[in-house]
Amino acid sequence: MKNWNIPQDELLYSGHAACQGCGGALAMRLALKALGENSVATIPACCWTIISGDVLYHALKIPVFHTAFETAAISATGLKAGLTKRGFKDTTVFAWAGDGGTFDIGIQAISGAAERNEDIIYFVYDNEAYMNTGIQRSSATPWGAWTTTTPVKHPEDKPKKNIDEILAAHKIPYQATVNVAYPEDFVRKVKKAKEIKGFRFIHILAPCPPGWKMPSDISIQVARLATQTGIFPLYEVENGKHYTVSYLPPKKLPVAEYLKLQGRFKHLTESQVEYIQKMVDENWESLLRKHELTHGTLENIPRPEFYR
Amino acid sequence: MSIKKVLTGNHAVSYGAMVSRVQVISAYPITPQTQVVELLSEMVADGILDAIFVNVESEHSAMSACVSASAAGARAFTATSAQGLALMHEMLHWAAGARLPIVLANINRAMAPPWSIWTDQNDSLSQRDTGWMQIYVESNQEAFDSIILAYKVAEQVYLPCMVILDAFVLSHTSEPVEIYDQEKVDKFLPPYKPMVAIEPGKAFGYGALAAPDTYMEFRYKMQKAMEKAVEIFEKEGKLFGEMFGRNYDLVEEYMMDDAEYVIVTVGATTSTARVAIQELRKQGEKVGLLKIRVIRPFPFNKVREALKGRKKVAVLDRNISFGYHGIFYQEIKSALYPLKERPQVHGYIAGLGGRDITIKDFIDIYHDMKKREDMEEIVWKGVKL
Ligand SMILES: Cc1ncc(C[n+]2csc(CCOP(=O)(O)OP(=O)(O)O)c2C)c(N)n1
Ligand code: SF4
Repeated sequence: MKNWNIPQDELLYSGHAACQGCGGALAMRLALKALGENSVATIPACCWTIISGDVLYHALKIPVFHTAFETAAISATGLKAGLTKRGFKDTTVFAWAGDGGTFDIGIQAISGAAERNEDIIYFVYDNEAYMNTGIQRSSATPWGAWTTTTPVKHPEDKPKKNIDEILAAHKIPYQATVNVAYPEDFVRKVKKAKEIKGFRFIHILAPCPPGWKMPSDISIQVARLATQTGIFPLYEVENGKHYTVSYLPPKKLPVAEYLKLQGRFKHLTESQVEYIQKMVDENWESLLRKHELTHGTLENIPRPEFYR
Repeated sequence: MSIKKVLTGNHAVSYGAMVSRVQVISAYPITPQTQVVELLSEMVADGILDAIFVNVESEHSAMSACVSASAAGARAFTATSAQGLALMHEMLHWAAGARLPIVLANINRAMAPPWSIWTDQNDSLSQRDTGWMQIYVESNQEAFDSIILAYKVAEQVYLPCMVILDAFVLSHTSEPVEIYDQEKVDKFLPPYKPMVAIEPGKAFGYGALAAPDTYMEFRYKMQKAMEKAVEIFEKEGKLFGEMFGRNYDLVEEYMMDDAEYVIVTVGATTSTARVAIQELRKQGEKVGLLKIRVIRPFPFNKVREALKGRKKVAVLDRNISFGYHGIFYQEIKSALYPLKERPQVHGYIAGLGGRDITIKDFIDIYHDMKKREDMEEIVWKGVKL
């Protein structure tokens, strides 16, 4: 068996309330392994409000302050300030929010905290829709996807908002994309983020079986394909300008491989899939150019063995 | 040794926060509140005040920062007005529901549109049912004192408290204010030691989901805390008097001993009403004044004690609950309802959007109440149509 370079401690208990195959739940499990027990979290309204347990049962081995939908970033800021005044200066304070709470309603507070370079880590587990309220679109919903507010007759007709570029424009010390299908990369980046001071932003691709209309046992397979196709590239940005692609798929797979496994894309025509392919290729190329601009070459991007 | 300074109401509030040794301040500018936090940010920058100042991008975030800082066990402070307070609304519920003893100074300003920067009480009264305690003050000294008292009470009952002062009439008007010796304030208001707080190593979910079989108990306990706050306000007000020479209660009576007619006021207009009462007394009228200082928790017993057996009561509202009456008028009427022999109560609306309320207005109100029978009609003072 492969020897995963991942801490064995579990800070998320098995009694949590996520659906089977929830990428968001796995994401928290991995993040906590990297962050350790000297951490506190704040969670706004999202699926995680439920997953973490009710007032009587708490599924995490760290304290969580539950906060309003649009306040994750500022809530973490306040926690950090309060804890600092009480002498807990080395505690990692992090916000844990969904894509809706991040890309949409929470963006004002995120921008504020990022601009002030608050000493917190902001995690967005991105399941590409408002899942807690029943699969409505968010500005993270990809072009062409079905949701309950972008029904099959009128699927989502705007490209996914590029939150990572918005954060990069704030020139924050560290940001990264991670994917639950790449746990070692995930843990490495969160550990790295933990050691940096200032505003850090981690964008997690977190598959959601009910929202993506797929069986719960293929979450990881689908998540992996998102990266293998270039739909969700893995990379880091330092200070808004230093781009490092952390994974180069040995063979970039066609987006159709990813789309066809999910009911939310079932209605797409061939030409629509082509259109998505074109968008993804453009984004991918532009990312590679940024890496090249930073490092002068594309040669050193890790290219792990291909597996599916 | 205490010192006397000539301060605006706003700066009196800043000094109140300073001597209360607030630890986290987060605020967003809005006229007429701005000077409160300008001075505090200066104090923090100069190292006079050992606090973290979070310069946020909105009032919603200012209150959110205070909520989380307080949940983490720190003493938190903010100030705002009108639209800012309205934007905080969601987080005001959060502060109270999470039982966090945050203190907020609200400079009463009329709500837009039409735009107004001048005083009335509709902004703070719109937040009356959020679970915040509310103190309305009459002078800059009272503003300063009330910040200290607010923390003292809030931290015993785990409810947030608003200290409310009139725009410009107090906020931008200078008066002498006695700033007490820090050591004495520290004795009265020791550091905040929360019963529970977010801290590393203590795993629990603060404010997590409550199903129908648990939610109601949270609300019941909030109400009980509010009820208990009445006693705590009385006790601490007396203690404050012993310590600093100024007694505070939830209500204040003026020339009430033999008064047959009473005028009820809230906020800075009380000072004007006092002069009117003096005039009327000179003319032999048996009139007194009841100032309500704390409207949440509502001091039922004090109000009933003060008003029972009087002939008539006039309530001055610098606010209006559209479609009903002035808000204090409703509150006073409902407080008196259980009494067997209730005085007649009449409602007057005046001074909205900062329009002056004069001594003559109060004298007119007195004469009008004396002859008025109908309690249904509210009287708008000085509307020009
Ligand atoms: C101010 C406010 N508006 C709306 C809601 C309702 N609401 C709760 S969770 C949610 C969706 C959350 O979506 P997202 O952030 O993507 O997280 P997910 O549920 O997908 O995990 C919404 C709309 C709310 N709680 N507060
Ligand atoms: S709906 Fe989706 S994101 Fe929410 S708990 Fe279920 S799988 Fe996770």
